[in-house]
Amino acid sequence: MRKVYSKIETIAGNVISVKATDVQYGELARVSTAYGDTLAEVIKLDGELVSMQVFAGGRGISTGDEVRFLGNPMRVSFSDSLQGRIFDGSGKPRDNGPELTDNLITIGGPSVNPAKRIIPRNMIRTGIPMIDLFNTLVESQKLPIFSVSGEPYNQLLSRIAMQAEVDLIILGGMGLKYDDYLFFKEELENGGAMSRTIMFVHTASDPVVESLMVPDISLAVAEKFALQGKKVLVLLTDMTNFADAMKEIAITQEQVPSNRGYPGDLYSQLASRYEKAVDFEGSGSITILGVTTMPGDDVTHPVPDNTGYITEGQYYLKNGRIEPFGSLSRLKQQVNDKTRDDHRAIMDGMIKLYAAYKSSLEKKSMGFNMSAWDEKLLKYGSQFEKGMMDLSVNIPLEKALDLGWEIMASCFEKDETGLKTDLINRYWPKGK
Amino acid sequence: MKSVGKIIGVNGNMVTVQVAGTISMNEVGYILVDDKKLKSEVIRILGDSCQMQVFEMTKGIKVGDEVEFTKELLAVELGPGLLKQVYDGLQNPLPELAEAAGFFLERGIYLKALDRDVLWDFTPIANVGDTVAKADKLGTVPEGPFTHEIMVPFNLLKNYKVKEIKPAGQYKVDDVVARLEDEKGNTIDVKMYFEWPVKRAIDCYSERLKPTKPMVTKVRLVDTFLPVALGGTYCIPGPFGAGKTVLQQVTSKNAEVDIVIIAACGERAGEVVETLKEFPELIDPKTGNSLMERTVIICNTSSMPVASREASVYTAVTIAEYYRQMGLNILLLADSTSRWAQAMREMSGRLEEIPGEEAFPAYLESVIAGFYERAGIVKLKDGREGSVTIGGTVSPAGGNFEEPVTQATLKVVGAFHGLSRERSDARKYPAIDPMDSWSKYPSVLNIDAVQYARKILFRGSEIEAMMKVVGEEGTALEDYVIYLKSDFLDAVYLQQNSFDPVDAAVIVERQRHVFSHIVDIMGAEFSFDSKNEARTFFNGLRQAFIDFNGVEWQSTEFFSKEKVLVDTLNKKKVSLDSFAAELLKAGV
Ligand SMILES: Nc1ncnc2c1ncn2[C@@H]1O[C@H](COP(=O)(O)OP(=O)(O)O)[C@@H](O)[C@H]1O
Ligand SMILES: [Mg+2]
Repeated sequence: MRKVYSKIETIAGNVISVKATDVQYGELARVSTAYGDTLAEVIKLDGELVSMQVFAGGRGISTGDEVRFLGNPMRVSFSDSLQGRIFDGSGKPRDNGPELTDNLITIGGPSVNPAKRIIPRNMIRTGIPMIDLFNTLVESQKLPIFSVSGEPYNQLLSRIAMQAEVDLIILGGMGLKYDDYLFFKEELENGGAMSRTIMFVHTASDPVVESLMVPDISLAVAEKFALQGKKVLVLLTDMTNFADAMKEIAITQEQVPSNRGYPGDLYSQLASRYEKAVDFEGSGSITILGVTTMPGDDVTHPVPDNTGYITEGQYYLKNGRIEPFGSLSRLKQQVNDKTRDDHRAIMDGMIKLYAAYKSSLEKKSMGFNMSAWDEKLLKYGSQFEKGMMDLSVNIPLEKALDLGWEIMASCFEKDETGLKTDLINRYWPKGK
Repeated sequence: MKSVGKIIGVNGNMVTVQVAGTISMNEVGYILVDDKKLKSEVIRILGDSCQMQVFEMTKGIKVGDEVEFTKELLAVELGPGLLKQVYDGLQNPLPELAEAAGFFLERGIYLKALDRDVLWDFTPIANVGDTVAKADKLGTVPEGPFTHEIMVPFNLLKNYKVKEIKPAGQYKVDDVVARLEDEKGNTIDVKMYFEWPVKRAIDCYSERLKPTKPMVTKVRLVDTFLPVALGGTYCIPGPFGAGKTVLQQVTSKNAEVDIVIIAACGERAGEVVETLKEFPELIDPKTGNSLMERTVIICNTSSMPVASREASVYTAVTIAEYYRQMGLNILLLADSTSRWAQAMREMSGRLEEIPGEEAFPAYLESVIAGFYERAGIVKLKDGREGSVTIGGTVSPAGGNFEEPVTQATLKVVGAFHGLSRERSDARKYPAIDPMDSWSKYPSVLNIDAVQYARKILFRGSEIEAMMKVVGEEGTALEDYVIYLKSDFLDAVYLQQNSFDPVDAAVIVERQRHVFSHIVDIMGAEFSFDSKNEARTFFNGLRQAFIDFNGVEWQSTEFFSKEKVLVDTLNKKKVSLDSFAAELLKAGV
């Protein structure tokens, strides 16, 4: 029987400490409070003093509450019966189903040996031209949606999830608004996808610390399913809430912040989660689609900034559209040479022209005369926005490519496009 | 006597240890957890306790766990068999680790860096009775396309007599191939490999030379306008997605050097995999062998332990210096040095050191300077030259170059290739900002011709900025043509598609050839009636040039596209500026 400690030495924010021996770094403890039991995780050992972050938070904890160490790190049950179920951030059922306790697996395990990775090769089709044509999503990619709050990012997330051909969807929610939680549930149920979905949802009203577990739990489960051959899509929304929870703990711990209060290891912490995206040779895969809201629409804010350095691109959602600038799929070149031979040229060429359109627009807004060339660009820009950028457009890649040629032919002469002559000869719409 | 200790504290990847016996700074120790040993390094000593950074995940460590010290500093093995390898930051071979442990990097498994079973064809050079000192050649073994020299270990600091040397034959790295005797009569066995502490620069040369010979990258913008020299240093700062990694990847493929060391430091594992899978298939035009034969990959990506990330750049540069001793030119590419700096920051924070700007440690600048100082072109003791060139990417927070790592780096490097978000957003690759970037090294082309083109580039961008204020209508036709010329130069020469099979790599000969057309166009005088006519003309010319760039050097198509280009130009060209004519006569 494990020893019970009944004297809490310090309580600061969500971190408590007790004097104890024989405790492992990263071990879990159960704290019994007047409001019920909560888990806590060991985050520092200093001689006899053991510091823990308390999942339910420090509020209401008494120095006389009992702490019992469990002898193991955070674990989650793994089996097929997870499918269709909904849990909270500490792994407890949120639906009315039974608690699962069999086959416990440790979360936050080691990373994949780079030598065992393979080059991603399968395109994930979404029917959204700004994705399929310009920034193709690839199986095993890790890619967040960068968004200002108020944009329909969760709608976009669920739309991609429903359209993608995957075996299993795992939704990890952090600080999710209750409405959004219900939205996902409804969408997945209506789309008939709930039976192949697992949800680990921490809502905005749950204790902050619990959100810290969500990515690790979701990804540990995803990893096991992927090793069994399943194509798993993990949705993590919103990773900014996750980072903010880390910031809170770091400040409580009096760590020296590196940038706007965030801890110096923010990059490594985010990376260890996102790098779980993988394609296992001869087995399944994990694709991670996240949401990173940008406080104040500022891409240089530490959370989107560090995320951008880690993930394989980002979709930049603004004014209800995926912006061509700022959006990027770093894996697109792994697949877009196997789609159609004009794919790459259209992708680059149309964006270059769109950039030129933007500067004509700027000139116009400053009241300058529009040259013939400017007029062409203005026409092009509005057609591009309507045909390609509008999120209501839902067409396959090939149709989007054809549309690209149509738009260019209706606005420009051939040699104004900057495309190679040989492609123009083959694809330029007849009679233009 | 090796010392032992007991854990008294754990904080992230740092542990505090109560020590019995003597230890030294940067000594390696192992923490005993369950049935595993976790490698760690002493980073601070306080009385009879010390702090160690752990090169593994620290989960499960308890107060009271035992620590065994080794009396050795963090070191790498140097000997034949380094080429083609893929190591983690501590020189663990990752493919072998995968064989031993499967998909995941299980902690506490350490394998030999050099394969102990491979037989190497040894040819002795030294003779019995010879006097030798550190780095002198004892013999050679062929390693891929190179003659790998078996040298007197660099940590043997005196003069020695060769007592015994093995005859030509096949030996393993662990076999003793020579026996040396020092002045006091002690004998020293020399194997085909030895260890060297990574944080100490190898300095077995007679003099350091000034880097002046070009290190050709086959990126036009770099070689022509912002060159790098053999033995020089350069940095590539840029916001995320601007193209740092792609630029390094194409350089690692195409650079005209003997050996490339890739240090994938704290960034995406997937990017290393591309290199890993691609290089064995690609042919090095210089040797006809696969590119992998000239490559070493040090891979400590973002989710691998932070402390070994800190070590990884030193592991890489030590291997580079080792091959430099054989008279070879080595290119070390580190992506990203910011992750290395952040690893230092994480550790400094745990040590509760007084933080500097953005919480980086106060010694950041000197450590960065010290790292780049390990580059250089040197004259070896036997008169040959060898070089280590270092190129590092920098990932500044928020893409703002006014931050400590970029600033500290800019102080010490010889060339600055700053990537701009504006250019990458507009898909103008490589997105090196041609205005802000600089190089202190000589161009591969005639400097006067390069300056001539650069002037037009600058003038054109001034006019462009001006046009934003006064509008196209307020710009003189003459100025407008200069703007079009500079935009043209940007589109057809500075921009280069890394994913185009032909355009991706342009040899110097072709750069020179193409650049004479550029000078011809930059110096051409036209008589346009309107801006519209001028723009239409340049659109057509650009089209012709891009087609020309896309065809194989000196193929039949090359000549036909070249003719189209020249014909297009001559339709509107009235005369040539006399300075440009001079340049063309002298040759670019
Ligand atoms: N030279 C280039 N040619 C074509 N595309 C490029 C080039 N450089 C970068 N890109 C595009 O930009 C993406 C991001 O480039 P990358 O080098 O990974 O950026 P960084 O390392 O600066 O974050 C690539 O995946 C590719 O799509
Ligand atoms: Mg990169």
